[in-house]
Amino acid sequence: MTTKMADAIEQQDFVKLASQIPYAQLIGIRCIPIGENFIFKLPKNADNLGNPYLPAIHGGVIGGFMETAGILHVMMNTKLEKVPKVVDFSIDYLRPGRDVDSFAICEVVRQGRKIANVTISAWQTRQEQPIATARAHFLLS
Amino acid sequence: MTNAVAYTDTEAGEIIGHMLKAVRHCEVLDIQLISAANGHLTLELPYSELIVGNPGSGVIHGGAITTLMDTACGFVIPISLEEFSVCPTLDLRIDYMTAAQPNQSVFGRSEVYRVTDNVIFSKGIAYQDNIDKPIAHCVATFMRLPPEVTQVTKEQS
Repeated sequence: MTTKMADAIEQQDFVKLASQIPYAQLIGIRCIPIGENFIFKLPKNADNLGNPYLPAIHGGVIGGFMETAGILHVMMNTKLEKVPKVVDFSIDYLRPGRDVDSFAICEVVRQGRKIANVTISAWQTRQEQPIATARAHFLLS
Repeated sequence: MTNAVAYTDTEAGEIIGHMLKAVRHCEVLDIQLISAANGHLTLELPYSELIVGNPGSGVIHGGAITTLMDTACGFVIPISLEEFSVCPTLDLRIDYMTAAQPNQSVFGRSEVYRVTDNVIFSKGIAYQDNIDKPIAHCVATFMRLPPEVTQVTKEQS
């Protein structure tokens, strides 16, 4: 991890942290603090489209968005000294991701010494109508 | 796969080439067709600093590998079926065996291993210099849409 990333975590500055991750910048991930929690935002972006006819966001981008949200969430919550490794990532696609803003929220279900289990839910118009849910294991040490 | 497929290997390569060009995010990641033959599809994700996930190590982000594998597992379907079919992804799981090496392409190889009336099962591996030491395994399931939906999409394409 770079010094800038460590500083961003120390300052709990998601904008600064995300700005250090090129892939997060490529797809355009933003972070919105809500009290002590965070909501992640993937703004509408033509470069993220998969199916050109619907049009719909590429399923891989939705996965990448949720995986990044999970990583950032874990980094902020555990004040890790390095970027956690993804052990596995499993996503269920529930609705097409239309060409509009998307949002995601994460929950650490269980955090052990080495592994964190995190669930991520993504939605567009209404949070209770998710476009995808995902679950990941991250290696912390 | 015991199903008869609708396309020759040459036609399959052309179809995948067209699909890659039509999908904007695949263009952004510069995903390339390596081969489409015998029901197997291999795509290449070139290394780029734009897709780095860990700036300290230069390792690419898992999200780019997710896109590579979602594309590989989805695109292998039309070249594996008896007729063209539109198939949205139901779910996808990736197990990371090891981190990708920086400054090297990642290849995604996929195949359809089971076709039912409603659901299609694909699987694939992501690898770099050694196909026998994958950096990730992937399984995905897809829903088969009714022919009338497929027809509409085909006419639009």
